Amino acid sequence: MSTAAAKQINMVQAIALALDEAMGRDDSVLVLGEDIADKQGGGVFKCTAGLSTKYGTERVKSTPIAEQAIMGAAIGAALGGMRPVAEIMLMNFMTVGMDQIINHAAKLRFMTGGQTHVPLTIRTATGAGFGTGGQHADYLESWFAHTAGLKVVAPSTPADAYGLLLSCIFDDDPCIFIENLPLYFVPGAAPVPGERVPIGQAKVVREGSDVTVVSYSRTMLEVLGVAEALAKEGISVEVIDLRTIAPLDMATINRSVARTGRAVIAHEAQVDFGVGAEIATRLHRDQFGRLKAPVGRVGAARSPVPFSKPLESAFIPTAARIRAAILDTLAPSVATP
Amino acid sequence: MSEMASPDRATLLEIYRIATLIKTADDRFIELIKAGQIASPYYSPRGQELIPAAISVNLRPSDTVVTTYRGIHDQLGKGIPLKPFVAEFMGKATGTCKGKGGPMHITHVASGLPVTTGIVGAGLPIANGLAWAAQLRKSDDVTVCNFGDGATNIGAFHEALNLASVWKLPVIFVCQNNGYAEHTKYELGTSSRTIADRAIAYGMTGVEVDGNDAIAMWSAARSAVGRARAGEGPTLIDAKTFRFRGHLLGDDSHYISKDEMAQAMAADPLPRLRAWLIDQGHATDGALTDLERTNEQAFEEAVRFGLDSPFPDVSELDLDVYAMETAA
Repeated sequence: MSTAAAKQINMVQAIALALDEAMGRDDSVLVLGEDIADKQGGGVFKCTAGLSTKYGTERVKSTPIAEQAIMGAAIGAALGGMRPVAEIMLMNFMTVGMDQIINHAAKLRFMTGGQTHVPLTIRTATGAGFGTGGQHADYLESWFAHTAGLKVVAPSTPADAYGLLLSCIFDDDPCIFIENLPLYFVPGAAPVPGERVPIGQAKVVREGSDVTVVSYSRTMLEVLGVAEALAKEGISVEVIDLRTIAPLDMATINRSVARTGRAVIAHEAQVDFGVGAEIATRLHRDQFGRLKAPVGRVGAARSPVPFSKPLESAFIPTAARIRAAILDTLAPSVATP
Repeated sequence: MSEMASPDRATLLEIYRIATLIKTADDRFIELIKAGQIASPYYSPRGQELIPAAISVNLRPSDTVVTTYRGIHDQLGKGIPLKPFVAEFMGKATGTCKGKGGPMHITHVASGLPVTTGIVGAGLPIANGLAWAAQLRKSDDVTVCNFGDGATNIGAFHEALNLASVWKLPVIFVCQNNGYAEHTKYELGTSSRTIADRAIAYGMTGVEVDGNDAIAMWSAARSAVGRARAGEGPTLIDAKTFRFRGHLLGDDSHYISKDEMAQAMAADPLPRLRAWLIDQGHATDGALTDLERTNEQAFEEAVRFGLDSPFPDVSELDLDVYAMETAA
């Protein structure tokens, strides 16, 4: 293993590197959001630390706590030829700026017959586990994936975060870039400078033959742990890191499930009406004759994110629940011919 | 008419030309809708023509104008070409937006009309972004953002005014204050004495002006545009006007008292400006009639173009949702 490949960074560092790379490469790249400039601390999670010092507070602008104003300024700047990266501190705060995102960013290209487009990236963080309760930790990706005109990505490793963020910034459509709080400080292989990860490409991160598990963002950590444990019991789990939610890379999922005949989708968002439902229905369409068991889904409990630690721990898709869902697809009692 | 510094004769005639073109468009759109030749909800700007007419003579092509579903006056003021404009109203493939936006979302980037929103108040935050981009480009282009008095009660208005002031953006917020938010009279829905007063809360210049007085409106717009170009920040213009044809076509304005409506109609700004132009010797009756005819003929050509144009192919549903390719 080369020394370069051995170098480890975390996701905060990866995001900061990608923003720096993009701003250095293209003057039209702007960054805005609450407390993001260095004088305000370089972002509450430090993902923008150093940028305002290096590129100036004209291009790296701290904003008032006003999500409609942030989103509108970002959309208008994008219409004006810029490539803004707006930080919405937490995903639940996206709800405050929803009119701008859904009615404007997503639709302007279509509604103007292609005269305009909105090359905007919205970075936003979320995830249970820090005791932030019901209004600071929701996974709302299916809302955005459901809206025509938006692209939605949710990386689980620092290198993918780096490469996908660069792709989003230089993409000509509005992209929602979902970060996860517990993942921020998990180290991973450092990216190759300048190397982008294409939007819309899932990745097989562990090969297996008995069952395919599709996951993304923080839930990937649990899934990989379960796959490792099951391997010791003789069960071979193939793991796909979706990386991009919309557009959905069904080709990679189909290739895998066509071989394994079994699939489980695991994500931290609630199961009902979620990304798992979309993947499951497409698998039933594409792999109907090959499926050996109903497609399984694992997600958060159908409740607001709870505060109390035992509740919060049970709310997220735990390793035990992911394991049970995988075993369900392997159980003869539920297997279909 | 006011006693302030006056625009020159050519400017006055241009204001009148735009205003009558708006009236022609409004009259014809209503006829076409009633005849079943356009199928769309329609929000008439009749009575508010002089506001965009007097603003637009202070703008240049590279300045941008953001407006709303009640926006034909703002679009015509900015110089949108008539044929694709009318075709868009008809949902035709030759429309400015290939028929995919429609009357509530008329957009024509080449004319400086990048956004027309159907969401009350939503244009203001976006106008800030357009102005920010101009500021970053080091150009002295400005953005004019139009909205009604009803929009000043929604959160986006307040967030946008605050940000524009903090960032000192080259934006002019134009409240076309027609006294009614849909069907609700000003004082029943708006707590501040005037809309201009709301600027005070954001450290912004707020100006009250008679939007139906061409010269007063021209003068207010000129000052605000000048301040924005000079980097002196945003202005909120509270332009008093009246809406003669309801919120939406088919609305009989039953919530407006007969006296109030009669008084407003008697002060219709268009015939008033016409009479004043003749009285002051800026134009003869015949010259203005010629100008009106020219407008009508040009508009009729656009109507013919729209009617003769094809509807978009259904394959358009799959186009313009996403970029076909990404930037380098």
